[in-house]
Amino acid sequence: MSQQSSTSLRTPLGRVRGLGAAKSGTDHFWKSRVTAVANVPLTIAFVVIMLMLSKRDYAGAVKLVGQPLVAILLLLFIGSATYHMRLGMQVIIEDYVHSEGKKIALLMLNTFFAIAVALASAYAILKIGFAG
Amino acid sequence: MARTGPAERPLSPHLQIYKPSITMVMSILHRITGAALFFGTLLLVIALVALASGSSAYGTVQAIYGSFLGKLVLFGYTWALFHHMCGGIRHFVWDTGAGLERETRMKLAWATLFASLGMTVLAFVAYLAG
Repeated sequence: MSQQSSTSLRTPLGRVRGLGAAKSGTDHFWKSRVTAVANVPLTIAFVVIMLMLSKRDYAGAVKLVGQPLVAILLLLFIGSATYHMRLGMQVIIEDYVHSEGKKIALLMLNTFFAIAVALASAYAILKIGFAG
Repeated sequence: MARTGPAERPLSPHLQIYKPSITMVMSILHRITGAALFFGTLLLVIALVALASGSSAYGTVQAIYGSFLGKLVLFGYTWALFHHMCGGIRHFVWDTGAGLERETRMKLAWATLFASLGMTVLAFVAYLAG
């Protein structure tokens, strides 16, 4: 250990912080895992809700999505899923797009898409819930 | 394509020279289903916004989603969802440091595929029965 620190270019502070060259440490990995764990029960709830929705007409669908428990589960699913998919698509872009300009543009689009999907869905659910 | 680097250096062999293994296929499928689900969220947001917009907008969405092609896409979306979920659970196992031995790896890979197909069929049966 002391042998290693005497030959390493890493500062003691850098080693303690443990953030590495990208300055974000395990943050990306950890957020991806936290949202993935949340996604498991939420995905099952989502599929069940969609199956129930598929059997209903417009009025029935509005009534179903307007139920607090259904609306809350859908909101949680959308929040967790869009956060998770943004992290995942970021890795895909970073893996395959090597031109710096194109990469930055796609990473921005990735964030815009995820937030747009999340906000549009949340707005629609809340409108159905509050206004019917 | 002309290479513009300073010198031609040997490249390490890429995916196509390896014999496909089930773990490799599941790894690739995990990424493909993930990317598909990314765009698949559009299916959800369109349906929700239509439902919030009124009965005529929702009727249009119902007609499209209820068509043969629509049902096919939704079936595929359901499988992608379950497959990515099962693949994710496999990653949770690996995150603990377990299940990385050759035999277990293979079993987990096959289990991912069968579990996702099973859950998709189950959802489809529930759809038909409901």
